[in-house]
Amino acid sequence: MRDPVCGMTVGAGGRTVDGYPELGFCSEHCRTEFSAHPERYARRTDVDSMGSEIFEARVDDRAMSMAGSDSIHLSVEGMTCASCVSTVEKALSSVPGVIDARVNFAANSATVDTAVAVPISVLTEAVAAAGYRAEEMEEDIDTSDAERVESERRYRLLMRKFWFAALVSLPVIYFSYPEIFPGVPEKGSTALWWIWVAMGIVTIPVLTWSGSQFFTGAWAASRHRSANMHTLIATGISAAWLYSTVAVVAPGFFPDEMLRDVFYDVTAVVTALVVLGTALELRARARTSEAMKKLIGLQAKTARVLREGTEVDIPVNEVEVGDVVVVRPGEKIPVDGQVVSGSSAVDESMVTGEPIPVEKTEGTTVIGATINRTGSFRFRATRVGRDTMLAQIIRMVRDAQGSKAPIQRTVDKVSGYFVPAVLIIAVATFMTWYTFGPSPALVYAVITMVTVLVIACPCALGLATPTSLMVGIGKGAENGILIRSGDALETAHRIDTVVVDKTGTITRGAPSLTDIIAFEKYTEDEVLRLAASAEKGSEHPLGESIVRAAAERGFVLSDPDRFSAVPGHGIEAVVDDRRVVLGTLKLMADRGVSAGAAETRLEELSEQGKTAMVVAVDGELAGVVAVADTLKEDSTEAIARLHRLGLEVVMLTGDNHRTAKAIGDQVGIDRVLAEVLPDEKATQIKLLQAEGKTVAMVGDGINDAPALAQADVGLAMGTGTDVAMESGDVTLVKGSLTGVATSIELSKATMRNIHQNLVGAFAYNTLGIPIAAGLLYPAFGILLSPLIAGAAMAFSSVTVVSNANRLRRFKPTHREEVS
Amino acid sequence: MDVILVNLAGLSLIGLIVWYFWLSKPTGTLAGVTGDGVQEAFIVVKGGYSPDTIRVSAGRPVRLVFNRQEADPCSERVVLDAFGLSAELPQGSNVPVEFTPREAGSYEFACQMGMLRGKVVAT
Repeated sequence: MRDPVCGMTVGAGGRTVDGYPELGFCSEHCRTEFSAHPERYARRTDVDSMGSEIFEARVDDRAMSMAGSDSIHLSVEGMTCASCVSTVEKALSSVPGVIDARVNFAANSATVDTAVAVPISVLTEAVAAAGYRAEEMEEDIDTSDAERVESERRYRLLMRKFWFAALVSLPVIYFSYPEIFPGVPEKGSTALWWIWVAMGIVTIPVLTWSGSQFFTGAWAASRHRSANMHTLIATGISAAWLYSTVAVVAPGFFPDEMLRDVFYDVTAVVTALVVLGTALELRARARTSEAMKKLIGLQAKTARVLREGTEVDIPVNEVEVGDVVVVRPGEKIPVDGQVVSGSSAVDESMVTGEPIPVEKTEGTTVIGATINRTGSFRFRATRVGRDTMLAQIIRMVRDAQGSKAPIQRTVDKVSGYFVPAVLIIAVATFMTWYTFGPSPALVYAVITMVTVLVIACPCALGLATPTSLMVGIGKGAENGILIRSGDALETAHRIDTVVVDKTGTITRGAPSLTDIIAFEKYTEDEVLRLAASAEKGSEHPLGESIVRAAAERGFVLSDPDRFSAVPGHGIEAVVDDRRVVLGTLKLMADRGVSAGAAETRLEELSEQGKTAMVVAVDGELAGVVAVADTLKEDSTEAIARLHRLGLEVVMLTGDNHRTAKAIGDQVGIDRVLAEVLPDEKATQIKLLQAEGKTVAMVGDGINDAPALAQADVGLAMGTGTDVAMESGDVTLVKGSLTGVATSIELSKATMRNIHQNLVGAFAYNTLGIPIAAGLLYPAFGILLSPLIAGAAMAFSSVTVVSNANRLRRFKPTHREEVS
Repeated sequence: MDVILVNLAGLSLIGLIVWYFWLSKPTGTLAGVTGDGVQEAFIVVKGGYSPDTIRVSAGRPVRLVFNRQEADPCSERVVLDAFGLSAELPQGSNVPVEFTPREAGSYEFACQMGMLRGKVVAT
């Protein structure tokens, strides 16, 4: 059970308070606090059979979801002077479980740090008791803003550190190279000695301020028996400084005159460069999560809802399920829902990636965060808060961006050994130069060791995969493609076979009118108008498709009289005083209509996989109407795109072979698997896998779940708000096959990017370190300057992140763009 | 003579590096058990994970509560690859991650770049 005061989990049999046997307390402090204000922490939920009241802790779910302890942000109203600040702070601090409360008078806000979960209500009540009003601040926007501010602050600090180090570097470089720059006092002179002392002093703040993060970072890592970039840089720059300082302060330590030299330039320049690199990297990394920030920014802030008949503007987080929301042209739809009146075109591109606005009428669903274009309408909220589609997408993208691509597991194995290995190489380099190097051996040994430490860049290696993954998955979300994990993204680029479930993916999954045949004196239009009028009251999908077709052609339908359905066979009704019968041949025979003339046409139509119905008017054969599941407009193009990617496309369907082949040929399917029962779909995937293929399955996510799970990558098609995100590795928000090709293209682009990064980072380190160690010296006399090494190191990780950011320019191919 | 000394010192330094980073095994911290039977451990994230080795019993739920106390973006996310879990770690907030190690073994958690590492040892 939970302590009602602080929310901590406590075992049974601990401290209790008389009269509240269901409640337990973690400490005497909480027990006392509870006894003083029981109403604040417990509410009566029930009365048991004996008439005793049952109490429940008032620690609400919201507080629990804050996971025990947290920083809570409150907005506080009513503070007029600085003394109010301390009053509110005291009120908040006195709440049990609160460690610290800080009030910002200017921002009218308070930040409360808690050790354990404290219900917001307890905090707001405490503020209210002190005479002020407080409420929780909206979390999402607040945290993302805070992060942005923090990241900006860090960037500015790094840049200040860089400019300082750079400024110090200039004179230090000048005086370090008397052979290049004129006017530098001769080596061994007292003047130069004093200059060296000055250089030693000015580089101290470079080390301790500009480079402070290297030392704190190295120290923190070493306490965990690990080492990182900070370890290498800190060791490198301090080794250079120490050697130089010994040479200045205790020259007697070096018997050889040649050994008495300084390398303060290495300390200053390397620090400046690496700090600059870190700052640029921070900037570039902030851009990798831009897609995520865009998604969060899509959230509407306010909603206009009907409350007791009047329209009121309320914050979006106060909208409840069932509220009727009013949306005007140009406004953002605040939450998910269903249109109850009015109609409009809605731009859903920000969620589905579909650029063409979608028509919304009564009964259709709308997605929160999309933008209403033309008309006004009202809708009933069906999903709010963290249940909205946008909130789900944000969560899914966030999780996916944090997942690992399998390729990273290999990198991880290396990176665990990388830094200690570099340290060992640095020591070995020192030993080799000291033992075999030319005179002055100690100088060479120190310089090469520092160069090795400075050039090695574990960051480039570590950043290579995650940054590309971040950008790639974010880019997917922008295009209406939700990729569940790095695993899925990596597997998708190896796909060679795409299995597509026919219904709902290639075809619409809803029947529509395909053929009208008129007999004798009737015209096609008349047949359709009469049939549609008769079906007007029908709720059968076949009937609805006929009515819809008539409406699309702009026909004015009559209201049918005496409508009756003959289950399994058809319907009859009186339309404009004419008796209309619509249905099977058997129904016609029963009603005495001779329909022999229609028989051959009916057979043809059914062979094409269509459902045909005979229409008779006043006992006479008038025509035939046929409905069928129709192709989606973009199916053919989408399949052509898959072919261009070199993929085999297989169609799965329960239809008979002939019908399946007919549809398959229309859209250009390579292989048709017909008459597959729903529960055999997964087996079919397994058979394809047994042929050695890497299979992607595209399905609707609900009926196809086992097949989606069996496939190497399962792509679930979503429609509207009914996105079955749980079932697939990839969810296509816009229910279109083109998303499949785009997903695979995106996967290939991302993996290519990751490979570039990894190859670059590996090549950089495996070439750079030996060169830094002086491998080229014996043969070619080439020795790398530690300054060059610092520059290379600083920009290698920036390069990796910038390369990942190139993925932001990813665009799916279209027919026109491919020859 | 000095060459021999320097090389001896260098070799022992290499030995020390190998021992410190790879061979020495931290003993680890035993996770506490809360009232609802969850094995819970608080981990401070600052240049690494403290503690970085958590000992738990297999087959029972584990809750690791991370608290990141630094601005370095390297540690902004913790990934438990074996369980397919990851969590963003805003500075200063406690972020719980829950999972159940079904079998005995060592389960690593790390930052996204794999530079900071820790593990849960289930027995």
